[in-house]
Amino acid sequence: MPPIPAIQDLSITLAHYLGLAGTIFAIGTVIALSKRNAVAVLMGIELMLNAVNLTVLAFSRFGAGFDRTGSAPLDGHVFVVFVLTVAAAEAAVALAMAVLVYRRRETIDLDRVNLMRW
Amino acid sequence: MESPGIILAFFALSGLTATSALLVLVARNLMHALVFLVVSFLGMAGLFLTLSADFIAVAQILIYAGSISVLMVFAVMLTPLASRNNGSTLYVIPALLAAGGLSNIIGFIAIDTDWDERKGEVLAQSDFTTTVAGIGDLLLGKYILAFEVASVLLLFALLGAIVLVQERRRAGEEA
Amino acid sequence: MSEQPMRPATPMLQQIAEHHSLLQRFMGVSKEWKGFVFLLLAGFGLANLAIAYVVVDGRLDGHWYDIRDLGNAVAGLRGWMQDEGFHPAVPYVTTALLGALGILSVVGGWLLIGSWVERRVLAKFQIRQGPNRTGPFGLLQPIADAVKLMQKEVVIPRAADHFLYYAPPVIIFIPALLGWGPVPWAERMSFLDLNVGVLYTIAISSLGVLGVFLAGWSSNNHYSLLGAMRTVAMMVSYEIPISIALLAVVLLTGSMQLSTIVAWQANYNAWLILLLPFAAFTFLFASTAEINRTPNDIGEAESEIVAGFYTEYSGMKAGLFMGVELGNAILVGAMMSTFFLGGYTLFGLETWIPGYLILTTKIGLVYFLFVWLRGTLPRFRLDQLMGYAWKFLIPLSIAQVMLVAIEASIFARWDVPAIFPLVAFALVNLGLTVEMVRRWARALGYAPEIMAQQPVMATTIGGLKAAQKMRGG
Repeated sequence: MPPIPAIQDLSITLAHYLGLAGTIFAIGTVIALSKRNAVAVLMGIELMLNAVNLTVLAFSRFGAGFDRTGSAPLDGHVFVVFVLTVAAAEAAVALAMAVLVYRRRETIDLDRVNLMRW
Repeated sequence: MESPGIILAFFALSGLTATSALLVLVARNLMHALVFLVVSFLGMAGLFLTLSADFIAVAQILIYAGSISVLMVFAVMLTPLASRNNGSTLYVIPALLAAGGLSNIIGFIAIDTDWDERKGEVLAQSDFTTTVAGIGDLLLGKYILAFEVASVLLLFALLGAIVLVQERRRAGEEA
Repeated sequence: MSEQPMRPATPMLQQIAEHHSLLQRFMGVSKEWKGFVFLLLAGFGLANLAIAYVVVDGRLDGHWYDIRDLGNAVAGLRGWMQDEGFHPAVPYVTTALLGALGILSVVGGWLLIGSWVERRVLAKFQIRQGPNRTGPFGLLQPIADAVKLMQKEVVIPRAADHFLYYAPPVIIFIPALLGWGPVPWAERMSFLDLNVGVLYTIAISSLGVLGVFLAGWSSNNHYSLLGAMRTVAMMVSYEIPISIALLAVVLLTGSMQLSTIVAWQANYNAWLILLLPFAAFTFLFASTAEINRTPNDIGEAESEIVAGFYTEYSGMKAGLFMGVELGNAILVGAMMSTFFLGGYTLFGLETWIPGYLILTTKIGLVYFLFVWLRGTLPRFRLDQLMGYAWKFLIPLSIAQVMLVAIEASIFARWDVPAIFPLVAFALVNLGLTVEMVRRWARALGYAPEIMAQQPVMATTIGGLKAAQKMRGG
């Protein structure tokens, strides 16, 4: 058994963040693909967006290749700001649609909203 | 990223975030899932802080934990006859397989690639004291067009949400 | 005794008329006590003179025993620890714990004092005594209440969702404490002087919404759910005016850091309430809605829906909800003082008096204003409140932000002494605010000429003034 490393040797690198983001993205995918309730599906999508945000921020923090042009490495942060904006807009519209579907059909179970099935 | 505080914070926060994300998947009740989702958002905000992104972290708390969760609460409350069940369909098996493959691929790439990354002293030098001014400059300089488009998008999302859920009154009906 | 003094009509008014004021009671006490009080005052004056000597001498500045700024003491402690060669984690953990202890003691002390102040002051507004049995002036009443709440039986509804029923008192207590982080108590005395302090404040205040909602939902009670829905709708609506009002502050001062905002006000000797009166009003009113205080407490309106979202909570759980309400009131007082009333500064007096005492005084004044509002105004209706946010506060706030943006760019470019643009801005903002409010209210259908001019009942019944007249003083 190898000796347990001291905590100083466990330095956090880009790969740690990418692995975590990948895990959360995968969980979000499962939720978005498999849940019955429309709101739960939306939760999965938000988790996926969050994981993507984490990836972008990690690259913006660790990536050495991006500031060769001399620009500040804050471009990633700006992307995340836009992602947040889009997420808010998407949540508002999606939940409005869920409420609309409920008014028409008295359910937001996605299995039973199957009018356009062939 | 060598100081023990950051390392401990990373592992604690990533454990919190990933665990509560898993609990969103397995919780039986939709409201429980919502609470775990908020915990996951908060843990993610903490992870952003370890990446020295203070503005994004606070914006994450404000937008995700404060607003989107409340929107979901409203959606749940406005659909009272729908079930509060957080159940999965049969698609859960292919979804699990696909997600497992996906996370394996991402993990493999993350570990296997020799990233051209900053380490040690260089990383410590690139710490931001604050990112607010920089983000503001970029938003109103380099990305001004995207900024305006985003504001238009928000306006139309607002209008769209209102138009979608508006109670349409039939002609002649009393207001 | 030629003319008979006017006697009050009812026994209650009679009692009030016979009640001696504090000064009269002091004149009645014995000579020894008067001497003791005189000695006390003389000692206080001498101590003040000594302090003045030391401050003018400048031998205090920045030493650890300079208690005008407790940050000095903490910095001294940290320096000592680093000199002694402790592990680098020790100073950080110690200072963080000290700060947390400070915040906890401020909030905890306020939970004890605030409830007493509120009940006593409210009693004075309503011409009655208030709690006066437990201890001198009823001062021990809050402690008795706390003990009572803690030993009460906790009743849990059988149909409640247990996991979510236990969480909300904790969920809404955490933001009430976290919100104290960025408040600057003196120049070096703030727990968490964030660069994004304003945004942090807004974000933290939006976290309590979920706790309120879960409390109402998990109790499985119609009144609870109704109260929760009301509260959530109101909090979501009133977050927007608060954000826009604070945006005006940030635009003018050019910083989101709370200590910089205070320093800006101290530097130009201008409180932002003078420069941005409408933003200050918006912040105050929207905050009362956000923290569920009268006149905006429709979330727990006790005459309509029992106790709102915490109807089903009993014992210390209900006590925590009430405590959070008090704590949030004082937190809003701190934010109001920091953003609009100059924070810990008072036109240079902060070099003489500890800044945290000045801030505490301002917080107390804002809190008194809250109690005053509670004693004076009736509760709004739900649709009135929502309409007030969406039709009145938000459009006018947006108009004000545009105005402030123009003013801020003028202020940055115009190269004259700062006093001229600031006075001009204050006048312009005040005038435009009054005019905008008048016109907008007209446009929304307010017409004073068809409304009653004078509340008739107040003059007929008399109130406190009439009682004083009867007392003959």
